[in-house]
Amino acid sequence: MSVETVAGVSLDLNEEGFLTDPSQWNEDVAVALARREGIDPLSERHWEVIRFMRHEFESKGAGPSVRMLAKTSGVPIKELYELFPKGPAKLAAKIAGIPKPRGCI
Amino acid sequence: MHRIVILGAGTGGTLAANRLRRALGPHDASIICVDQDDRHVYQPGLLFVPFGRTGLNDLIRRRARQIHRGIEYRCDVVESVDISANVVHLAKGGELAYDVLVVASGAVLAPEETEGLTGPGWMEKVFTFYTPDGAAALAKAMATFSSGRIVVNIVDLPIKCPVAPLEFCFLADAYFRQRQLRDRVQLSLVTPLDGAFTKPIAAKHLGGMLSERGIELVTEFNTGEVDGTGGRLISFDGREVPFDLAVVIPAHSGAPYVAKSPGLGDALGFVPTNEHTLQSLAAPNVFAIGDATSLAVSKAGSVTHFQGEVLVQNIQRFLKGEPLDASYDGHVNCFIETGSSKALLIDFNDEVEPETGHYPGRVGMPLLKESRLNHLGKLMFQWFYWHLLLPGRNVPGISSAMPLKGKDRPVAKRREEVAR
Repeated sequence: MSVETVAGVSLDLNEEGFLTDPSQWNEDVAVALARREGIDPLSERHWEVIRFMRHEFESKGAGPSVRMLAKTSGVPIKELYELFPKGPAKLAAKIAGIPKPRGCI
Repeated sequence: MHRIVILGAGTGGTLAANRLRRALGPHDASIICVDQDDRHVYQPGLLFVPFGRTGLNDLIRRRARQIHRGIEYRCDVVESVDISANVVHLAKGGELAYDVLVVASGAVLAPEETEGLTGPGWMEKVFTFYTPDGAAALAKAMATFSSGRIVVNIVDLPIKCPVAPLEFCFLADAYFRQRQLRDRVQLSLVTPLDGAFTKPIAAKHLGGMLSERGIELVTEFNTGEVDGTGGRLISFDGREVPFDLAVVIPAHSGAPYVAKSPGLGDALGFVPTNEHTLQSLAAPNVFAIGDATSLAVSKAGSVTHFQGEVLVQNIQRFLKGEPLDASYDGHVNCFIETGSSKALLIDFNDEVEPETGHYPGRVGMPLLKESRLNHLGKLMFQWFYWHLLLPGRNVPGISSAMPLKGKDRPVAKRREEVAR
């Protein structure tokens, strides 16, 4: 756990860099978090996914897995990997300020 | 008279039907159980088929025979469920109206979701042991395999029995050692996870067991394509893992009718369910058990067994109009076969990750430690499955609530839990 000031907001982050309090998030925070992950600037397509992640979290209490994200967001899985390389669900969740999607095991 | 319809006569449907029949009198409720075929597979046994240690005949029994008297068994395909009209539509048998519905139709494999997986090479050098046919075909390929690289690949989570791919690796290591070919066979486990398992203590322990056996672990690999002809796994981010033989665990979905029934399931066909009461979020008179739920708990027989007790209590309360107060704690218990007649045992729930100690109490089977006793436990479990678990009996000493008694825990943590 650490506290960092990002885009003028004091954020509580866990050891993997995920916000522990999703209410601290705003769009400027997303831009700054994306930049730290090497995504700059955020395109409209990125925003579509980020807003979808926030919406899913707010309505269901958890972010979707990448397969679920591809099936429900309308963004194909290959494009998700282009937008958020390596782990789209994980990275998009981090930038959207929601917890890491739970591994189902 | 209440009408209870149970969709699925696998582990969850069978044990739920048998428990409900015992709990409710013949004049209180009618119980109908529906499944599309009459083959009940002891799924944990499929792991041993590729190594020639068991045959399919020993693993398959008739579904109808596992269901007790006083329960109607209907062999039909479920087309869809209309949760607003409380009706199940069947492919050949018309409609079934219900007062309470139990979704127990498990998970199905979706190999067609991965590019190339069922293309050239499927069932020739690309296999899965998660189906009876796949396990039998793999047994033939393993018997003639004498050198090269075998990859065990988990495409995506959730999967049934999340430890089975690890067990396959351990058993393959022992198998080729015994055939004196181990130095000519490379083994790799290729997983989308960032370790051998999700729970940190167990992940470290199991990761160590892989490296001790010279089994390579490739992590954070999200399989986008399987090239059977060229012998390559290709990830969505362009990484490649070559293979001579691939053992793939395909992505899983819920039963097809779930996704086709408006409001019943999520996009993957699993039923969103209250993690404690097992009542679905779709409708108050719809419950779900086992692999069919979207719960973030292992898809495993032990989980379904532990849920059975809670499910039946809550259905009885629901029928009486009482609050659902029986609660499932996320208890999981599984034997992990490690080769050379040994196994380890893990026991955990939502709050407590797998730890060392003994199960179910201070004296018992060793936890997170290889032993012959655990291997015998794993073998004996097949008998328990047919004779205690499916009939819906409680296994002596093994209850739904996870025991803390035998676990090696720091004193402070114990106090903290007692205080809670």
